[in-house]
Amino acid sequence: MIRVQREKFDLGAEVARMTEGNHGIGGVCAFVGLVRDVAGDQPVAAMTLEHYPAMTEKALAAIEAEARGRWPLEDSLIIHRYGRLEPGDAIVLVAVASAHRQAAFEACQFLIDWLKTKAPFWKREDTGDETRWVEARASDDHATRRWRRGKAAE
Amino acid sequence: MKIVYFAWMREKAGVGEEEVTPPPEVKDVRGLIDWLKGRGGGYAEAFADLSVVRVAVNQEYVTLDHPVAEEDEVALFPPVTGG
Repeated sequence: MIRVQREKFDLGAEVARMTEGNHGIGGVCAFVGLVRDVAGDQPVAAMTLEHYPAMTEKALAAIEAEARGRWPLEDSLIIHRYGRLEPGDAIVLVAVASAHRQAAFEACQFLIDWLKTKAPFWKREDTGDETRWVEARASDDHATRRWRRGKAAE
Repeated sequence: MKIVYFAWMREKAGVGEEEVTPPPEVKDVRGLIDWLKGRGGGYAEAFADLSVVRVAVNQEYVTLDHPVAEEDEVALFPPVTGG
């Protein structure tokens, strides 16, 4: 399931909803991304996430479908927030449920790695004195490339 | 043709979305960007470095050689930074 929203989410409630009534699930792996109060050596007072509404859900659904095709998952959930967020606020939740832990761990990491380089979101940081657009990181591209099919880890 | 811009490319272009009618010789994304740059203003600055331009046509990622047509929605934006 994909949700793109301004509102906060509740990790416990989301995981409970996922596992309720499905006792074939042996494990859930979840990743929550948070706003930090520092970027490099600059303080961060707030962050604003812009996205491309017409494309965002479609792109996230494609990423989710890719994971469901690669691992035997019982369920999966991606929640990504947009709008103004402050340090400590959650930005994104990726949760996957499977019969065994290995698929859950791998699929969770895959989803957040792919999402970072493929979902149409852009972060703008507010240091208190100025705002600036966050630049894409080469390390995120590298993390995505690790998951290329048929290629050994780079 | 509808063009949408995001993040700092939207700010430099000075517009979030617009309807445009490029001349018939504009056949692909690269041609469209060249034509937009020729309009001057912030467009030339927004698209000065093609290596940081990401493109979606009708909400699907494409490369610069992808064709564009009158009924398309073309999105131009910098590398994404979500997650």
